Amino acid sequence: MTVNTTLATYSDWTYATAIAIYVLSMLFYLAEQAFGRFARRSERVEAATVGGSGGGTAVLDRPAPPRVTPAGRPLPERLGRMGVALTVLGVALHASAVLTRGLAVHRVPWGNMYEYGSAVCLAAMVTWLVLMRRFPIRRLTGFVLLPIVVLLFLGGTVLYANAAPLQPALQSYWLVIHVSAAATSSGILLLPGVASLLYLVRTANEHNPRRFARLAPRLPGADMLDRLAYRTTIFAFPLFTFGIVCGAIWAESAWGRFWGWDPKETTALVAWVVYASYLHARATAGWRGNRAAVINVLGFAVMVFNLFFINLVVSGLHSYAGVNG
Amino acid sequence: MTGSRIGAVLALLRNTWRGLTSMRTALALLFLLALGALPGALLPQRSLNAPKVGQYITEHGWWGRVLDKLQFYDVYGSVWFAAIYVLLFVSLVGCLVPRSVEYARQSVAKPVLTPRNLGRMPHYATSTVDASPADVLAAVRPKLRGWRAVEREEDGGARSISAERGFLRETGNLLFHFALLGLLVAYAVGKMYGYEGQVIVQADGSQFCNSGVLNYDSFRPGLRVDGTQLDPFCVKVNGFTARYLPDGQAESYQADVQYQSGADLETNTWKPYDLRVNSPLRTAGDRVYLLGNGYSPVFTVTFPNGQQRTGHVQWEPVDQQTKLSQGATKFDPPDVTDPVLRRQQQIAVTGLFAPTAVYDGKVLSSGFPALTSPAVAVQVYRGDLGTDSGRGQSIFSVDHQMIADGRLKKVASQNLGLGQQLRLDDGTTVRFDGVVPWVNLQVSHDPTQDLVLVFAILIIGGLVTSLTVKRRRVWVRATPESGAEGGGRTVVEVGGLARTDQAGYGEEFTRLSGELLAAPRQRAEQDPE
Repeated sequence: MTVNTTLATYSDWTYATAIAIYVLSMLFYLAEQAFGRFARRSERVEAATVGGSGGGTAVLDRPAPPRVTPAGRPLPERLGRMGVALTVLGVALHASAVLTRGLAVHRVPWGNMYEYGSAVCLAAMVTWLVLMRRFPIRRLTGFVLLPIVVLLFLGGTVLYANAAPLQPALQSYWLVIHVSAAATSSGILLLPGVASLLYLVRTANEHNPRRFARLAPRLPGADMLDRLAYRTTIFAFPLFTFGIVCGAIWAESAWGRFWGWDPKETTALVAWVVYASYLHARATAGWRGNRAAVINVLGFAVMVFNLFFINLVVSGLHSYAGVNG
Repeated sequence: MTGSRIGAVLALLRNTWRGLTSMRTALALLFLLALGALPGALLPQRSLNAPKVGQYITEHGWWGRVLDKLQFYDVYGSVWFAAIYVLLFVSLVGCLVPRSVEYARQSVAKPVLTPRNLGRMPHYATSTVDASPADVLAAVRPKLRGWRAVEREEDGGARSISAERGFLRETGNLLFHFALLGLLVAYAVGKMYGYEGQVIVQADGSQFCNSGVLNYDSFRPGLRVDGTQLDPFCVKVNGFTARYLPDGQAESYQADVQYQSGADLETNTWKPYDLRVNSPLRTAGDRVYLLGNGYSPVFTVTFPNGQQRTGHVQWEPVDQQTKLSQGATKFDPPDVTDPVLRRQQQIAVTGLFAPTAVYDGKVLSSGFPALTSPAVAVQVYRGDLGTDSGRGQSIFSVDHQMIADGRLKKVASQNLGLGQQLRLDDGTTVRFDGVVPWVNLQVSHDPTQDLVLVFAILIIGGLVTSLTVKRRRVWVRATPESGAEGGGRTVVEVGGLARTDQAGYGEEFTRLSGELLAAPRQRAEQDPE
């Protein structure tokens, strides 16, 4: 099995292009935020005169139909929609980068850290596109893209590994199952991390309007952010559990025991416990809201720590980042 | 007096129990568990890498020793970690018992009374139809298939249905937590009755038998294992093949083994097995893994009297990438029975072995892990190896104390290719004859791991159930319209309440209430009286 270097090169180019497109679409969202100020102010005046309608839980912070410009839609919204179009393009490129990488090396495209990081980000972005269809959260895309772009950039520079076949320990069909579950759940868990962080910003502003005075009013309601975080977490958490269990089954046949307190295993367990705490906190009086959000952000921090620090700094059985030094 | 004292003690116990089993405490303990587990990932652990712990302690001085005292190098066996999980365990049991009782009670209980004012429910819909309350309910009933429902007569001729759904959520919840308990217990039992041993076997037809602890190079028994009752089986390693990519990355490891267990031991029948990294040999309730490999250079020493001794012993890889290895192959002089004389003529061949020799001047290193052009850079020592000294020594090196004492002297130092030999001052020759690969086998025994897997699957099942199923209620009330013009007309009200996570119930309620409100009309159309 030789590596198809032409295809691998195409994959690298597509990867770089995807990052560029993501950055570009981030600019569009930023522009929407920046130019959106005046429109939103007038909206708020309108809302105030109409009165606080729709206090029900089902009503989301959907932007009210603002004044219509000659082009049909107000400029900020047009910018935002362009941003969405670019994001879709970016995800398509990103997906083809992952796919061509897999085709180039004749195996699943998550055999080292560069590939794994790319797959994690792809899972996050695809999930975000799905969520965008169901919730009015377009304006948050810029905040989601920020960690994604950082991760992809680090992956493409610091962690980059040449396309190569797998080392013997990784040659197992569990690579397909365990790592795809781990990558998908890690990717999806990135989203509630961002949502909970923004929730904290939003509630801090609600308690004291001077804090985050510029940022917070442009975010969706705290209720919406909380629900977004919760729904994505309960989707990803069982998947993450499944990923850990699959890892244990694989470890049983590769390393001689299903659980051995390897640093990666331990940190995954820690993250699992933190997310379990989040779910418990959300069901405990006095812990909903801010505290739960803090726990979710903590969970996200543990996940990132697990991805970078444990793989790169601590040596353990999961140290096959493919990074020298 | 005593009565009140007993009361006070009971109150203290009760409050402690309540405090321990409250959700807040459980949350705090979960945090502690996460926090307590982290040092195990960050600090070297004895169970994983004991030499590294020693090195860490030396490098960090008093701080390293303090951490050692606090059991930070054995986190998962430490007193404080055990305290956290035992408390969590108690808390979990204390939470589960009352919940199970409540669950059993609810599973036979009827759905709650229909609230007086359905309009106050988070979800509400209403319409008026030309049918009697009894007909309305008869029409609605089939639409609530799958719901636990109860019908009640109310004042003023009204009738209502109270229905609820999603009882499975609590089932899943309890299943998850009980399975978690079961998994922890099974894991602990497995640790007590399991063992793990490692042994290096030369891949030249050598055997290993799981008949006693002494056959192992290292053996880690569970608390209840004394090593006298190991499951008997034997493994013979006939050969080992490693394949590498041009850049030295390993592509595959494969050991050609034969094994016998059970009845085969008596009949001495060997069964073949293709042992690979991801496919362990499972036999006699144990698993045999191929964990590592290396090389044993073969040396032949020809003594001045013409006698020959051939020996090979594993040398340890110092560089996993290139398999540059170091070691010491030790020889006793033949036909010397006098221990004093023998201790003057023992020979050790030590140094470096390279599977693919690369020379920088005269310094040997390895360029590739496969055996393309093997060579050794040896130092030959002669004298007292100290094997009779009673002091344990590494098989990979000579006892440096003996060198320091002047009882073991370096008598030659030379690079040797395959088939080359060196000659010592007394006429003894040392020839580098060949290389035999060795494999590092691990034997593992864990009687409960299948049970752990079953519990893990139940955990996932319980988790998915408890997170996807939503508990929700729906009520239908049919009230005869009051007033003069209300003859024969009935007001139908539908109210809904999601008991967990409101989100998502709105859509379902809209659909359901639409169906429920349409049902009486459809029924009236189908069979007009």
